[in-house]
Amino acid sequence: MAKIKGAIEVDVEKCKGCGVCIPACPTDVILLAKDVNGKGYHYAYMENPEACIGCVNCAVVCPDGVISVYKVKVA
Amino acid sequence: MDVKEIIKPENLVYKKTKLMTDAPLSYCPGCGHGTAHRITMEVVEEMGIWEDTIGVAPVGCSVLAYDFMNIDMTQAAHGRAPAVATGIKRVWPNKYVFTYQGDGDLAAIGGNETIHACNRGENIVIIFVNNGIYGMTGGQMAPTTLPGMKSSTSPYGRDVKTMGFPLKMTELVAQLPGTHYVTRQAVHTPNAVRKAKKAIRKAFEIQKENKGLAFVEIVSNCNSGWKMEPVDANNWMVDNMFPYFPLGDIKVDGELVK
Repeated sequence: MAKIKGAIEVDVEKCKGCGVCIPACPTDVILLAKDVNGKGYHYAYMENPEACIGCVNCAVVCPDGVISVYKVKVA
Repeated sequence: MDVKEIIKPENLVYKKTKLMTDAPLSYCPGCGHGTAHRITMEVVEEMGIWEDTIGVAPVGCSVLAYDFMNIDMTQAAHGRAPAVATGIKRVWPNKYVFTYQGDGDLAAIGGNETIHACNRGENIVIIFVNNGIYGMTGGQMAPTTLPGMKSSTSPYGRDVKTMGFPLKMTELVAQLPGTHYVTRQAVHTPNAVRKAKKAIRKAFEIQKENKGLAFVEIVSNCNSGWKMEPVDANNWMVDNMFPYFPLGDIKVDGELVK
């Protein structure tokens, strides 16, 4: 069975660091960064990118729509 | 496999719809308004009706909805969005008209307009975001504030003896013969967002078939008004709002769901 690998891209400057995406992730990929963006928010990032399956749950709940999701099949 | 190899345009599976502008949303972090805006615009995009859709923005936190939704929009006087939408729909019966209102706008000052638009069975979609508080003006008590819930104008909690009971606007309009589809949804989890999007899609399909008014309530959070972290506010909403405002369809195809 082909394995699926995913990745997310966060629009760092628009992320408000609400953290709603963190409990939505089934594989615990996302955390809030220690660094802050231009507005002073701790933005979301992939702490554990290997585990991402590209399920788009984080992007679906993101109130600001800052997450884009990419997915590939690995043979 | 490196992340940079995955992040390529051909592998994209989800991004913000083009019908949301690039303006940063004015909402507080974690506010359900952004999600509700996005799923509404996704429905409009999927139905291919963005050139024929007219939205009516309310007064409240979502007053700037016309800056965020990249479609034709207008903005109504406080609470009068259903009346403005009625006028637009009657002049342009082939357009898709929706209002997007909060609980202070729809249930308080606009209660009368809402009830009468629903009773006339106007062919519009009403999207009602209920967070149990007046968010924009600083967290005052709204008609939908829960019993015992603290707000800046009920600092000891809402006392139902003097302040009345929370208004179940959605159950109320479901009793009126003019409404065709009445439902209550939420946007706090991926599953709930997908269900809410289906409900909004159904509401626009009903307008397409000229069947009557479709009313979609979205129970949402107000973490700054409730003085909570966004994720805690969502959990508080599940524990406290949902028992009083249960999710699910209330009226389908003009028949109350038992």
